[in-house]
Order: sequence, then structure tokens, then C-alpha cells
Amino acid sequence: MTTVAAKPATMAQALQRAMRDAMAEDPSVHVLGEDVGTLGGVFRITDGLAKEFGEDRCTDTPLAEAGILGTAVGMAMYGLRPVVEMQFDAFAYPAFEQLISHVSKMRNRTGGSMGMPLVVRVPYGGGIGGVEHHSDSSEAYYMATPGLHVVTPATVEDAYGLLRAAIASDDPVVFLEPKRLYWSKAEWSPDAPTEVAPIGKAVVRRPGRSATLITYGPSVPVCLEAAEAAKAEGWDLEVVDLRSLVPFDDETVCASVRRTGRAVVVHESTGFGGPGGEIAARVTERCFHHLEAPVLRVAGFDIPYPPPMLEKHHLPGVDRVLDAVARLQWEAES
Amino acid sequence: MTVQELPGAGAAYRPAPPPAWRPRTDPAPLLPDPEPYRVLGTGAPLDRALMLRLYTELIRGRRYNAQATALTKQGRLAVYPSSTGQEACEVAAALVLQEQDWLFPSYRDTLAAVARGLDPVQALTLLRGDWHTGYDPHEHRIAPLCTPLATQLPHAVGLAHAARLKGDDVVALAMVGDGGTSEGDFHEALNFAAVWQAPVVFFVQNNGFAISVPLAKQTAAPSLAHKAVGYGMPGRLVDGNDAAAVHEVLADAVARARRGGGPTLIEAVTYRIEAHTNADDATRYRVDAEVAAWRDHDPIQLLEAELTSRGFLDDSAKKAAAEAAETMAAALRERMNAEAELDPMDLFAHVYAEKTAQLREQEAQLRAELAAHENEDEGER
Repeated sequence: MTTVAAKPATMAQALQRAMRDAMAEDPSVHVLGEDVGTLGGVFRITDGLAKEFGEDRCTDTPLAEAGILGTAVGMAMYGLRPVVEMQFDAFAYPAFEQLISHVSKMRNRTGGSMGMPLVVRVPYGGGIGGVEHHSDSSEAYYMATPGLHVVTPATVEDAYGLLRAAIASDDPVVFLEPKRLYWSKAEWSPDAPTEVAPIGKAVVRRPGRSATLITYGPSVPVCLEAAEAAKAEGWDLEVVDLRSLVPFDDETVCASVRRTGRAVVVHESTGFGGPGGEIAARVTERCFHHLEAPVLRVAGFDIPYPPPMLEKHHLPGVDRVLDAVARLQWEAES
Repeated sequence: MTVQELPGAGAAYRPAPPPAWRPRTDPAPLLPDPEPYRVLGTGAPLDRALMLRLYTELIRGRRYNAQATALTKQGRLAVYPSSTGQEACEVAAALVLQEQDWLFPSYRDTLAAVARGLDPVQALTLLRGDWHTGYDPHEHRIAPLCTPLATQLPHAVGLAHAARLKGDDVVALAMVGDGGTSEGDFHEALNFAAVWQAPVVFFVQNNGFAISVPLAKQTAAPSLAHKAVGYGMPGRLVDGNDAAAVHEVLADAVARARRGGGPTLIEAVTYRIEAHTNADDATRYRVDAEVAAWRDHDPIQLLEAELTSRGFLDDSAKKAAAEAAETMAAALRERMNAEAELDPMDLFAHVYAEKTAQLREQEAQLRAELAAHENEDEGER
């Protein structure tokens, strides 16, 4: 096997490359959305696809999210594999009825005779100074809808591997792109063999013995940084990157918590009714006798996403994670 | 400071039109005729074979509506939204399509699906409650009967667009009611179809009421067909109880779509003789005189009178159509009276292509519950 020199690549480039490779391999893959063609998307994730594959394969649509997703449903009914871009998290809301009433249920409604092999790409989350309606973390809405897969990469390699897997999936995938990681870099070469990451598998990003940080997407780098900082306090933290919220990898998560005996769930979505409640409950139900302390949550506050000049107070950062870790000294307190 | 006081404003100021602006098209040809288009009673030439086929299907359709309504009264169907009075629209929609074309029905369009060839029992699965869509959409190219309003319209656009990209000769016919035209998806579908010049026909059955709300409270447009103009597609207005006219207008639009002419919006003016469903009391929002007037403009009577006067239809042909409908109804009754065979484990069968670990756990839980019940039952015996 020849080794290819890896150069720094951004998550944005890896996502673009994933669509390009999928489109080159499979003529049924079509990209559609607002601004995805000539402009290459407002984040340039679809840059060059219209030029390379033509406007019929990478299509600038009218500005209408329900229409974009609704026509994609029809395209999938006819055997295409649409990859839809919702420009920003909160712009996807007009398409919710299509997503919930049709995309997620078509296989079920038709007794398995009509699948929905489409991908809805949603740039999500804050931390980029976006104004109102540009920074929502909407994953809980998607997670609550049976029939959808919900995945979110945290690394450049996963961005490629998970998007390839999402496009190849015979089921609909809501692909959440942490937009503040778009410009994160890693040594990665698309020309080197890149694993297509299976959907539904979490990964231990950093092994540790004293507690598990369960996280995903934009909060993964935060947790890795917190784990480094926690070494000074004598904590050896394990960081589990979920990668897939649905299906949920109970096995990897619970194996980690059973090893460490303590867990904190970290995400920037709101805490109340948020993904962390579900995750904490699952861990408690399965690992109760291994737990030395309650499963804690570090989440965004239960507020509408704040204006950009205040978002640093809302987003869970390293200090807030470390505070939670300190509270895992349950026995000492009781 | 008022606008008049702004520097440069005033009598001397003449705003120039923005550069290169002009209307995209002359809207006049897109405007529908003010009166619904009619064929029956006008002396227009009629295709005898087609008319007899329409007639047979109308008779069968009305019998189907009556039988299905009776099944709701017997508790065999949870609900049945009858299309009695609208059969001409239902039947014409089905007959106008070629085999490779796709039909996108709403929940009231069971008859269109049956007239296209769907098993009458499979068409009622949703309404009986044993599954949602009781058929494979690919088999007759009929999308699932759609309960949310107008959400199937963008699907029709996407499918037709995809087929054209693949170079296939496929037209999609999407059906919606007058109430559905108020939904955002109606707008988005028409807009996408016109921009993409997709081979789609949008077929609105204006039956007067969205459950209880009359058309005047639904729209201020002169007609629903007028809405086409704003999207840049032709709008046609047709008498929805004139089977020959509905078929002709739909056939024109389908042919236009097939030759690359793009989408058409058709409004058929008709009337829902029955209530919205058996759960609705129509006497609360409409008067008997109105219903009686529409009963006098009945699609079956209109066609029967015309075909009889032209010598296309005699008593023996009428009798044959009635008997065929009765046979269908008897078979439907018998099959619907048989208990549905359901497998509870199907709950988990079609959520994902491959079951998640969580669904496998829940499947095991239900299996254990069922086994426990079975053991209890045996213990009691």
C-alpha cells in the first residue's frame, strides 16, 4: 500500500470531497438546495460540484425549505439519492412537516416497499457569531422522530467517512454539521484510503480511568481540552464521541461508564428536554450499580439561542465541564 | 423630513425604471376562462369507447363510495371520506394517465387509485386501520394516499423532475382539494414545478368546503385556477361533474407536460354530496337547497343522459355496468368483513432498513409480553 502524504485539510473540504466522491461513484446522487450551485453554498461545502457534475446534479433551488425537501422526497421515490442542504439550522424548520410526516415515515407507511435514501445536511450550533436564527442546536427535534438517523461528525476524517455512509444509507439521515468546526484542520488526505464510518458507532477519542465525558459534534474539542486540563487536578478523563445520536451506541457508552464509574454528558443544545436527559437516563438504567455519582449534564442554558455578543456565556466551555467533573466527587459530598 | 422634502425629490424628479426590467411573460394566455369548461350538452364530438369506459367506472365508483360508507356504519372502517358527487374527477384522473405515469392522491382519492387498478381492499387498508399505506406504490405507480394537506404535491414535482432527468417519459398527476390550496406546500410545489418546467399536472377538486369552511373563506382569488398565473403556468377551469370535460382538460395538460410544455393547474368545480367524513355533520354549514341543486347536476346522470341521447348507451349496457359494480361491492363487503390478520411484530419491521439495537430490544419485550399473555390464556382454559 502506497502512503500518500497527508496535508492539513478542513472539515469543510472533507465534506465537499465526500459529496464529490459519492457523486462520481453513483450517478443517482444529486445535491440540491439554496445557493449550492454557482455559489457553492454559503459555507462553500458544495463548492465546485455544479461545475464538475452539471446543474442537474447540483441544483440551485427556489428559496423554500419545504419545497427543497418535498421535491427531494419525490426524487428519492423515483430512485435518486438526494443530498439536501438546509442553509442554517433554524432555516430547516419550514421543512419539518416533510421530514416528520414523509421522510421519516415513508418506509414504515409503505410496509417497507419504499425507502427514503436521502440526506438532509444541516449546519448547526453556535460559536461563529451568527445572528438570530443562525446558531440553533436542533438535534433533539430530530432525535425524537423515529425513522431518521441523526449523525454529527467532530473530526475531519469523520466528516468524510460519516457523510459517505449517510449518502450510502438506504434510510434518511439528518447530517448535522457543527459549523464552528468547518474550519478545523487535521492531517488528512482524500487520496489515502479513508474508512467510511459506520453509522451508529461511538468512538473513544481519549481513553481515561476516572470519569467519562459523553459528547458529540462541536463539544468534542471542548471535552478533549477539558480532559487535558483536568490532568492537573488528578483526573484521567475518558472522552466518548457519540458520532451518531440515532441509532445510539449504548454498548460503547456503557462500557466506558462501567470502566470509569462516573459520567458527564456535554452538549451545547438546551439541557431541558435535550439529548443529555435521554443519554443520562440510558446510562443510569444500564450502569446504575457501576456509578459512583449521578450522571451530570453540562448543556446550553434553557434559553433561546443568545445574541452573538453573549453566546460565550451560554456555550458550555472547558471551565463548566471541569466544574461538573469536580462535582463527581459524590462520595466526599454525601 | 417628508419624502417630498428629500433632496432630489419633487416635480423635477422622474424615477427611471430599473434597468432591463420587464414582465417575464404576457399573463393573458395563462388566465383561465371565466366559466368552467363543459363538453356534455354542447354537441361536441365524443369518443364512444372512452365515454363508455368513463361511464362504467363512474357507476363502479359510486357503488364503491356507497359500500365503503356502509362499512363505516358497520364499524369495519374507522373512517371513509366519500367522493360521492366527485366521481367524474376521480375516474378521469385515473384514466388519463399512461401506465408509466404516477398518481399522487390525497386521502379522498381512493376511487382514483382503484380506477387506476389498485385492489379495492388494499385501497382501504389505511382507513380500516390495519396499516398505513396498504400497497406497494411502485406496483401501479400510485403514491401513498396522503393525509397531510398538499404535502404530496412537492413529491409529484420531485418525481417528475427526477424522471425527466433520467430521460424517462413520465408525467405526475397530483390531486389536492380546495382547502389544500391554502397550504404553503401548494405554493412551493407550483413554484418549483414552473421553475423546473417539470412534467406535472396539479388537479384541484374544488368541492366547495374544507371540512366546513366554504371557498369564500379560503381564498379571495377569482378562481383557484387563477393562481396558476402568478407561477407562470396555465390555469384551466372545468366543470368537475362533466366527466368528458374533465377528461379532456386533464388529457390536454398531461399531453402538454409529456411534450415538455411544463406544468398546468386545473381547477375542477364540483361538490361533495356527503359530509367530509362520517365524523362530520354537514347540516351545520350548508343548506339542503344547495345540496339538492348539486344532486341535479350529478356526474352520472349528466353522462348517462348524454350517452343515451346519442345512442351510445342502451338499457342492457346500463344493466351490465350496474351488475359489474354490484359484483365488486359484494366482493369488497365479503373481504372487508373478514377479520384482518395482523402480526404485532410488524410494528418493528419497517422503521429502518436494518433494525437498531434499541428496536431489537423492544421487539424482544413485546414478544415476551405476547408469550406471557398466551400462557395466561392457556392457564385459564
